[in-house]
Amino acid sequence: MRSMKLNPRKAMALALLGAAWLVPPTGAAWAQTPAPATFSPPDEAAMPAGPFGDAVKLGENIFRNTPKYAPQFTGNTLSCDNCHMNGGRLANSSPMWAAYVAYPAYRSKNKKVNTFGQRLQGCFRFSENGKAPPLDSKVMVALESYSFWLSTNAPTGAKMAGRGYPKLAKPAEAPSYQRGQVVYAQNCSLCHGANGAGAAAHGAVVFPGVWGKDSYNWGAGMSAINNAADFIHANMPLGLAGTLSAQQAWDVAAYIDSQDRPQDPRFTGSVAATRAKFHNNAFSLYGTTVNGHVLGAAAQ
Amino acid sequence: MYRILCGLMIALIAGLGWPQRSAAAPPQASQCAACHGANGMGNQAAGFPALAGLPAAYLQAQLAAFKSKERANATMAGMAAPLTGSEMAALSDYYAALPVAPAPLPAALPTGPGAALAQRGDWQAGLADGIPSCDSCHGPGGLGVGTQFPRLAGQPALYLAAQLNGWREGTRKTGPMGLMAAVARRLTPAQITAVTAYYAALPADPANGAKP
Repeated sequence: MRSMKLNPRKAMALALLGAAWLVPPTGAAWAQTPAPATFSPPDEAAMPAGPFGDAVKLGENIFRNTPKYAPQFTGNTLSCDNCHMNGGRLANSSPMWAAYVAYPAYRSKNKKVNTFGQRLQGCFRFSENGKAPPLDSKVMVALESYSFWLSTNAPTGAKMAGRGYPKLAKPAEAPSYQRGQVVYAQNCSLCHGANGAGAAAHGAVVFPGVWGKDSYNWGAGMSAINNAADFIHANMPLGLAGTLSAQQAWDVAAYIDSQDRPQDPRFTGSVAATRAKFHNNAFSLYGTTVNGHVLGAAAQ
Repeated sequence: MYRILCGLMIALIAGLGWPQRSAAAPPQASQCAACHGANGMGNQAAGFPALAGLPAAYLQAQLAAFKSKERANATMAGMAAPLTGSEMAALSDYYAALPVAPAPLPAALPTGPGAALAQRGDWQAGLADGIPSCDSCHGPGGLGVGTQFPRLAGQPALYLAAQLNGWREGTRKTGPMGLMAAVARRLTPAQITAVTAYYAALPADPANGAKP
């Protein structure tokens, strides 16, 4: 494929983005070496019986197969489990037991204090490219019950080791679409496809789409390349996690997040204005021009 | 006109009788059938895998690997040695097109550590050393995904265990990205026994669209 081609205005925008990469890198993969997680969520076998247990079980089912168990709120083929691996249990894969005890919290994304339920609503609106389940809906009650149960004996308000994805340090070189394309072809396309669409078999999604109409939209956290790089470095390729260098993770994140995907639901009517309002940072390529194409202009 | 109609009828009836066997069996298929069965469904007791319905590209890659010894198997190396590329392609196309007979799901699906590993994986060792669920690449019920992740459901436990051990020991080098070697090396012998018994017990083509 051709290199990134920029018109003068966009070139300036990208030069500004590039300036953020001029901070001298420390050479370490992570911004801070992740501390080993000490918390363990309860065993599957310890799931309670009765009506509460039923809600927990439904929550786990929704979590592991969202399009099947919460189709009314899901607008793509992704499941919670695709980004929060092993049913939200896994340390350094944004586990639910670390997130549950961290809310309510202020979020700069919507400039409000969010409850855990409101945080989950954001996942549905952006990562699932769907609709926010009402806070008292069966789906939301089930997901909260499951997350609460996973967090059994976790201290409220504690910053749990293993929370989120280990934050990568700035890379030695600015993330590169061209290098990322090679990383993708060698490490990702086997499962996610050369077109990023993922794969289904026998009526079930097996490999999630990482771009295109069935993937997360331009409002999702994963559409920012720092978040995608952190996730990829810690979690991918499935079964070979830890084999990509930090630089490769940054590069492939830039490649994936330079592709078309569904529009940001906060779209104001103009890509430039939407970028200015919601994407005005070095990590979002929304509204920039890649391969002669303005990202977000032909959002699917 | 009558003749044409008769001809069409005969063609139609013949077609209905053998709907999936559009291509005649290549001459070498009779040798394959000795172990893999005339219907290509293998032999559970002897550990010979089913070939029917597997992706042609996958089958062809295996024949080439037997010939090159990337996949070490004395019997199959002998079988593959005389085959040309186009003969391998013809055999692969033939077996890929053979039907997999629908079978009912077992009344009770297998449970226990094999099922858990197949459906959930084992992440006790954390992200970098964890074992992803087999289904996460081979699809729900181990029915296979695309051309690179073959069906596991209904394959003989002996066969599946031999493959996992082959990847552990380096006698099977085939497969994309070294994924299976990496995963197989993390499995204990007890996990191999459990997970291969699990897939052997699943139908290769669950009837009535019921997927495990």
